[in-house]
Amino acid sequence: MITKEEVQHIAKLARLELSEKEIENMQKDLSAILDYFRLLEKANTRIYADNNADLRGNEKRGKKNELRGDEAVGKPASLANNLVQAAPDKKDGYVKVKAIL
Amino acid sequence: MDLLDLTIKELHDGFKKKQFTSVQVTKAYLEQIKKTDGKIGAYLAITEKLALEQAEAADKIISSGKDFSLLCGVPCSIKDAILVEGEKATAGSKILENYVAPYDATVIVRLKKQGAVILGKNNLDEFAMGVSTENSAYKVTKNPHDLTRVAGGSSGGSAAAVAAKEAAYSIGSDTGGSIRLPASFCGVVGLNPTYGAVSRYGLISMASSLDQIGPMAKTVEDARIIFEAISGKDPFDATSVDYKLEAKSYKLEGLRIGVPKEYFAKGIDPKVEKIIKDAIKKAKDAGAKIIPISLPMTQYAIACYYIIVPSEVSSNLARFDGIKYGHSNQSGNNLLDVYLKSRGEGFGREPKRRILIGTYALSSGYYDAYYKKAQEVKKLIGQDFVKAFKKVDVIFSPVSPIPAFKIGEKKDDPLAMYLMDVYTCPVKLAGVPALSLPAGKIGDLPVGLQIIGNHFEESKILSIAAEMEKLF
Repeated sequence: MITKEEVQHIAKLARLELSEKEIENMQKDLSAILDYFRLLEKANTRIYADNNADLRGNEKRGKKNELRGDEAVGKPASLANNLVQAAPDKKDGYVKVKAIL
Repeated sequence: MDLLDLTIKELHDGFKKKQFTSVQVTKAYLEQIKKTDGKIGAYLAITEKLALEQAEAADKIISSGKDFSLLCGVPCSIKDAILVEGEKATAGSKILENYVAPYDATVIVRLKKQGAVILGKNNLDEFAMGVSTENSAYKVTKNPHDLTRVAGGSSGGSAAAVAAKEAAYSIGSDTGGSIRLPASFCGVVGLNPTYGAVSRYGLISMASSLDQIGPMAKTVEDARIIFEAISGKDPFDATSVDYKLEAKSYKLEGLRIGVPKEYFAKGIDPKVEKIIKDAIKKAKDAGAKIIPISLPMTQYAIACYYIIVPSEVSSNLARFDGIKYGHSNQSGNNLLDVYLKSRGEGFGREPKRRILIGTYALSSGYYDAYYKKAQEVKKLIGQDFVKAFKKVDVIFSPVSPIPAFKIGEKKDDPLAMYLMDVYTCPVKLAGVPALSLPAGKIGDLPVGLQIIGNHFEESKILSIAAEMEKLF
């Protein structure tokens, strides 16, 4: 069983405030789920461990991912305004945050 | 003639022949939503003003006498994780309760270009995390075939809207089965395209290595029309590729259909098994060759999937910080407090669960045992399909081991919920396309046949699905 302290530690890493009740629930849920993951220990993946194969992407699709050119893309000026307007706290067209230091 | 029963082509022909207008059809759908959605709960928002404006614009195009596209004037609904400019996009979460989309998703841009009419935004599990739409922070979507049962998830609102004739079609998204499972439960057609076939720009991300947008429709023909409209390369999604749906059609005669033995093992409801076996028999009678195959890595798929997804969730959902958009609690003294409180209040139980699992799996000392191992197993699962498609053209299987379950039945058992993805998530881990086709019913409850194809073989899947559709 995953401990209460472990849940608190992960929650802090994830920037998530949890109530006492939530921590208790997560202890139970996470333990059951992490136990289930142990099934993967049986899967023989030595082939990848040995040849250090590239595990990223879906290259088996037979098509390559293509990045677009590194250039500015024209967007209406209203978009910037829309994006700033979505911020809960803003001032003079800027997003406002609390002091960090 | 009931306008709500017409397919996309039938609507198109009706517009052409001036039998009815888009405004009339749109009003009929809005009326139906008002009449029935109180019971079903497929919609989080009805965009009536937008819909009527779009319908009027479509009618202008139609009456101009020029050619117009098949989707022009046809009313649809959109899963609420996909952005429609100027409308709310909640992703089913309280953290985005008042979030208004600042731009259109690429699929919406493409639909609008075709003259589509958007009726509203559909309910979903919070951030598309779930198999029943019970995880929505707003409401539970009921199954139109039995209101005591779930609609499936996470695109449950979309599936229920199409099934209840509250939209001619809908756009959903599929990460582990979120289009196919609700399509199966509600008796509609749902296509999960190949990874990369449709741009995800403007879809609120859950697990980026798996997320795909796809159509949910009344018929296979409708699904094909929608897929053609939304697929293809988009500079704003680097995983999207140049892709044109092959025009060739395929017949059941001589087709090699693989049937994976692992998908008929323990856990499947015998009544579901019978419907799927009957469907396979029908294909055989029509001249298809049935070939038993094995996908031996199936047993690891759920564990693999539920490591990869939460890991990506923990990263993707870091953007909800109480600063840029969405719910914010500014009561604390410093920036950290804003993060902790905004996220603690804004996220529901399942996103929190996944954020924690993902953070755990990616944290120092655990990465190799979880995330790396899961990526390796993902490759093995992909290999299963590569091998299978050397011997067969398509694979037939159930979509779900059971039909729609009772609301509340699995609510407090996350693992039982996760296991519902057993036949749908391996497809995602392999990145291949698959479709859910209504194949029969157990009492009132629809059961979907899953037709899986090789990468970018949507045309084959859709052709075969259309052939099968005639046999049911």
